[in-house]
Amino acid sequence: MDELSQVICDYVRREYLEEDDEREIAEDTRLISGGIVDSFSMVSLKRFLEKKYQIQIPDAAATPDAFDTVRSIVALVHQFQKVSAHA
Amino acid sequence: MNRPPTYEELLSGVSWPDAERELGYEPGGFLNIGWMCSDRICRLGLADKVALCWEDYQGNQKRYTFDDVRVLSNTVARFLCTLDIKPGERVCLFMDRVPELYIGLLGILKTGAVAQPLFSAFGDESLFVRLNDAGTAALITQKKHLPKVRKIRAQLPSLRDVIVADAEDLLLREGEFAFDMEAADRVDSFPVYPTTAESPSILHYTSGTTGQPKGAQHVHYSIISQYLTTKVVLDPHPEDIYWCNADPGWVTGTSYGIIGPWSNAATQVVLDSGFNAERWYQFIEKHRVTVWYSAPTAIRLLMKEGTELARHHDLSSLRHLASVGEPLNAQAVLWSQEAFGKPFHDTFWQTETGCIVVTNFPGMPIKAGSMGRPFPGITATVLNTKTYEPINQPGIAGLIALRPGWPSMIRGYWNNEAGFNKKFKNGWYLCGDRASIDADGYYWFMGRDDDVINTGGHLVGPFEIESALLEHQAVQESAAVAKPDPVNMEVVKAFVTLKPGYKPDADLELEIMNHIRKRLSPLAMPQEIEFVDSLPKTRSGKIVRRILRCREFNEPVGDLSTIMDD
Repeated sequence: MDELSQVICDYVRREYLEEDDEREIAEDTRLISGGIVDSFSMVSLKRFLEKKYQIQIPDAAATPDAFDTVRSIVALVHQFQKVSAHA
Repeated sequence: MNRPPTYEELLSGVSWPDAERELGYEPGGFLNIGWMCSDRICRLGLADKVALCWEDYQGNQKRYTFDDVRVLSNTVARFLCTLDIKPGERVCLFMDRVPELYIGLLGILKTGAVAQPLFSAFGDESLFVRLNDAGTAALITQKKHLPKVRKIRAQLPSLRDVIVADAEDLLLREGEFAFDMEAADRVDSFPVYPTTAESPSILHYTSGTTGQPKGAQHVHYSIISQYLTTKVVLDPHPEDIYWCNADPGWVTGTSYGIIGPWSNAATQVVLDSGFNAERWYQFIEKHRVTVWYSAPTAIRLLMKEGTELARHHDLSSLRHLASVGEPLNAQAVLWSQEAFGKPFHDTFWQTETGCIVVTNFPGMPIKAGSMGRPFPGITATVLNTKTYEPINQPGIAGLIALRPGWPSMIRGYWNNEAGFNKKFKNGWYLCGDRASIDADGYYWFMGRDDDVINTGGHLVGPFEIESALLEHQAVQESAAVAKPDPVNMEVVKAFVTLKPGYKPDADLELEIMNHIRKRLSPLAMPQEIEFVDSLPKTRSGKIVRRILRCREFNEPVGDLSTIMDD
């Protein structure tokens, strides 16, 4: 797993699961549709990513679909890292 | 008749006594919601009809007939009796949307105990407040939620029994019990407790402007309203497949996710999954859903995904659509006409009303953006805010009010008689919302009359958010208000002053947001925190949330003279 994916997995595990919750958080684990992160909690995950990677994710891009897996979140971060680089 | 009745036909043809007769209820006699939703349906010859088709986000499915629901709810009831749960005691259901939640609710009611369903995303503080207030005796949960319960258990002396529905090989502690509803010996015959109309049934917690959430006490007679409003407004036909999105932790999920559909012998489907537009459309297509009761937040999320996604699926089974939780904006009504070929019908009601009170009906023309008209048997009006007299002129905003006495009106707030009495003025029950009535008798929502935040169709009280904010070591003072949001209508925004030595920055904002989310719930989590030097206050030091809220909504603050002198 690459570093970005690991950072996201670790954050989700730390912030959204109870200490003794044994569920695995992998790159394709369904976070939103699987009930681990609900749509209201997405904002805190979005803020974390924006601060950590110095990017701005527009609200229109912050959809439940875009946040449903670690893989899709990684794609989102990369997309807006490129936008920041060209700004 | 083949067409749905017109509003005028409903007014003359529908009444609460009709519902009593159809349910076979004799005034003064036995009335138990659990029995009505299972045993009674079997006695009508529908034992083999599918009651519940459940599916999770991975596509795992379970199906239950009405006889399964009857027997399994008996099984739950018998188990609770072995734990010495007594009639009137509160039994909490703290679970995801699993079959044990739906069937377990009926089982609790069959024992004569009071069911207390709570949203499974509640953090330990939100859970504690509600269990402590209710003096809850037992709680049924899943192992994934058990840590939250364990964290607060020592502070809850009333909580005798914690029942884990999926314990498997989990090591349980004293006072914790495993109960596998499917594996337990089935109980075909259970002596249902002889509850009557006014016997307490369900305790739903709801937030207000001041203080902690209040326990809205419902009684078994509420089924009269829930049965009839389901039949008339949601209109499930015998062959229909009904889907209510709402979680039974909230009143919609019990009134119209359990009691309403099952008392009408409707087959319902349940999807235990977070929101995913593609998944939802697949679900509708797969199960051929015909009646869909959803919420404006979900509809707006579907709108964001576009009509193209909807058109990739065969949604032709959809016959009737309705919406609940917050006002359904006109744009959403028009969009659903475009996407699904039919409009969502807005319905207005609340925890305290127990049933739909002002609504759009299948046979009534919709005015996009309107709440609709009062349900037959409900006397509604809008009151002048100063005199509390009905406003008789169309188009003038006032307080939405109902004449007390409909079957599912709450009988009180748990341990809070003063709070309950405040809901009544001049012989009217006040909903806490404002509206105007047009010349055709249609109601038009104007907003809340208090500081409660309606986010995603759920009410969140500022007091509990502010209290939780003050727990954070950096926070000096706090105020929580609504901020407009295109999807959720409103979201929580917090204004915070900091203690000396703390720096307002993005890290602190995120830390505080996560603190609230874990302590209270994702709904209560501020979607934005603004660090300020001071908060607007009255002369006596009370924070004036209205000033902050009006700024967020770009509205004039209005006359503050009386408030500032408070």
